Amino acid sequence: MPDLGLEVLWKGRNFIRLLEGLWTALRISLVSALISILAGILLGVLAGRKRSVFRFILRGWLAVIHIMPQMVLLFLMYFGTSRAFGWNLSGEASAIIVFSLWGTAEMGDLVRGAVGSVPVIQRESAEALGLKPPQVYLMIILPQAVRRLIPQAINLVTRMIKTTSLVTLIGVVEILKVAQQIIEANRRASPNAAFGVYLTVFVMYYLACRPLTLMSKQLEKHWR
Amino acid sequence: MPEAVLKISHLTKRFDDQTVLDDLSLEVREGETVVIVGPSGCGKSTLLRCVNALEDIQGGEIRIRGEEIRHDGKNLPEMRRKVGMVFQNYELFPHLTVIENILLAPVKAQKRRREEVRAEAMELLERVGLKEKADSLPRQLSGGQKQRVAIVRALCVHPDILLFDEVTAALDPEMVREVLDVIIGLAERGKTMLIVTHEMSFARAVADRIILLSDCRILEESSPEEFFTAPKTEQAKKFLQSFEFRRSR
Amino acid sequence: MDWAYIGRVLPLYGKAAWLTFRTGTAGILLAAAVGLLGAAALRWRVPVIRRIVSAYVEVSRNTPLLVQLFFIYYGLPKIGIRTDPEFCGIAGLAFLGGGYMTEAFRSGIEAVDSLQEESALSLGLTQSQAFIHVILPQAAAVSAPAVMANVVFLMKETSVFSAVSLMDLMFTAKDQIGLYYRTAESLLLLVGAYLMILLPLSMLGTFLERRLRHAGSGT
Repeated sequence: MPDLGLEVLWKGRNFIRLLEGLWTALRISLVSALISILAGILLGVLAGRKRSVFRFILRGWLAVIHIMPQMVLLFLMYFGTSRAFGWNLSGEASAIIVFSLWGTAEMGDLVRGAVGSVPVIQRESAEALGLKPPQVYLMIILPQAVRRLIPQAINLVTRMIKTTSLVTLIGVVEILKVAQQIIEANRRASPNAAFGVYLTVFVMYYLACRPLTLMSKQLEKHWR
Repeated sequence: MPEAVLKISHLTKRFDDQTVLDDLSLEVREGETVVIVGPSGCGKSTLLRCVNALEDIQGGEIRIRGEEIRHDGKNLPEMRRKVGMVFQNYELFPHLTVIENILLAPVKAQKRRREEVRAEAMELLERVGLKEKADSLPRQLSGGQKQRVAIVRALCVHPDILLFDEVTAALDPEMVREVLDVIIGLAERGKTMLIVTHEMSFARAVADRIILLSDCRILEESSPEEFFTAPKTEQAKKFLQSFEFRRSR
Repeated sequence: MDWAYIGRVLPLYGKAAWLTFRTGTAGILLAAAVGLLGAAALRWRVPVIRRIVSAYVEVSRNTPLLVQLFFIYYGLPKIGIRTDPEFCGIAGLAFLGGGYMTEAFRSGIEAVDSLQEESALSLGLTQSQAFIHVILPQAAAVSAPAVMANVVFLMKETSVFSAVSLMDLMFTAKDQIGLYYRTAESLLLLVGAYLMILLPLSMLGTFLERRLRHAGSGT
């Protein structure tokens, strides 16, 4: 059995520290996801209306988000704002702002798409049955839209969790940074720590994301 | 008596534990047109799919000119070329033009010369009135036109027997005739055919023999005259009555 | 804005952009090849390989590229697999993208009605002839938008390559900010360079999607 550098994990608080690092990453993504979902629903509903300025705002916003790598956006926020406005944003704050801007645009688009995906004939037949417009929206359109929306929203959260790995590059001490520190500190004692520790990080990310992917897939199947 | 092109003996087909065809035997001879009728879900389409080895079978055997055709058999592509099949929804290949649809199997699978097949295809297209559509894409055609192309496509492989699986069921009423006329033309030229249909007047016109399939079995086998004027079985009478409408007063 | 400075470092960014484009393209092409093989294995239900492909798709899609790269670049050498940065970047991108491409091709293939295959078989085509001439062309049309979206996504993902010391655009910008405090100029050049790479790709994707939607399919 070659030395896989796994023993480092059980030294001191190393494993706990990795978990704490993972929590930092998850915290950033969950806060951003929460903001995105709330703001996204608002934006999506507003943009869903005909001849709404929000429709154009959303489209332009999405275009920027879709074309620029998240890494570049993080850089702009982290380095750019201090230069332009003299702000001194922490890495974590920059990350939350960027992820929320990204998530709100995508969530807004998902909400707009989900509401728009309910066939017009559904609205018409509900109205033909004598339901009033608010009733139609609440009882006919929303339940159908939500079924389409939830799996996609979960996917967005999963992508956010994966993207938080980037924040290590703007100085946030999260799981990858902790991993680096552990490997550095044990350079002598466990020269092969890089293998074991990075493998652990890999598995931890997988375990964080996989249940969400699975849930989204199953909901999608269930509601089809 | 002419030789049997298709000989089905003691065919049994089950899906899981549901029997669809039970110990069914049937022959179609050279130049003969046999029409299968029967209530929905009685296994008519499954029977055709078995003959083309698109389904595995649980008992009996199917022979084309004496050679067995099986879902897991050898030379399956070669055997399938002896059986032409026309589907309910045409199943033209949407990314290929009409002529490419027709040429695909003869050129790629049979390795015949493109020019030779093309000439034959154009002649057949002309006969079904679609010569000028050769370079159209399927989506530019009406349902009836697509189905006529599908028939030409099946013919160009030179099958020993042609199977028709409710080929007008998906068509708008005004297009049914143009397709059925083509099939009647084939019968007149002595093609060997096995046809599943719900069009009773067409069945009567085209068939040499009519078979009533119900409850996994052949219930009645007669000439069209006999079947439509003096059906032998209760089930046949009932079945024919289901096509008549009466208002009770 | 110091335009003289920008003029001076422009070749530097040109070089970095070329590296980003080159490694990105190589990784994407490999990913597409992996995806095509993966989708074919799933379709033909190749016994053991099918399981492996499914597991691989799950792993590659549920882990971040950066973590994959760290593992390949810093972890694997410890068990004797050593790679240079460029190879590592390409391999990581192919690993990540392969999963996404498999999904894109798989859904395209699944969208082709099984009757289309049966129709081809009933004409006497073999399984592989039916796959090449009938299923694949139709699947490709269905998959194209998802594949193009993956291409843009993967090209964007190259922005983490700097973490394994590839001297790409991010690396160069960070370097210039750190060394000379040229924040505004560096960020401008960074955004400009990525736009030049990504805008044409994204426009191509939109164009393809429009064309396919208007062409429609329908038998």
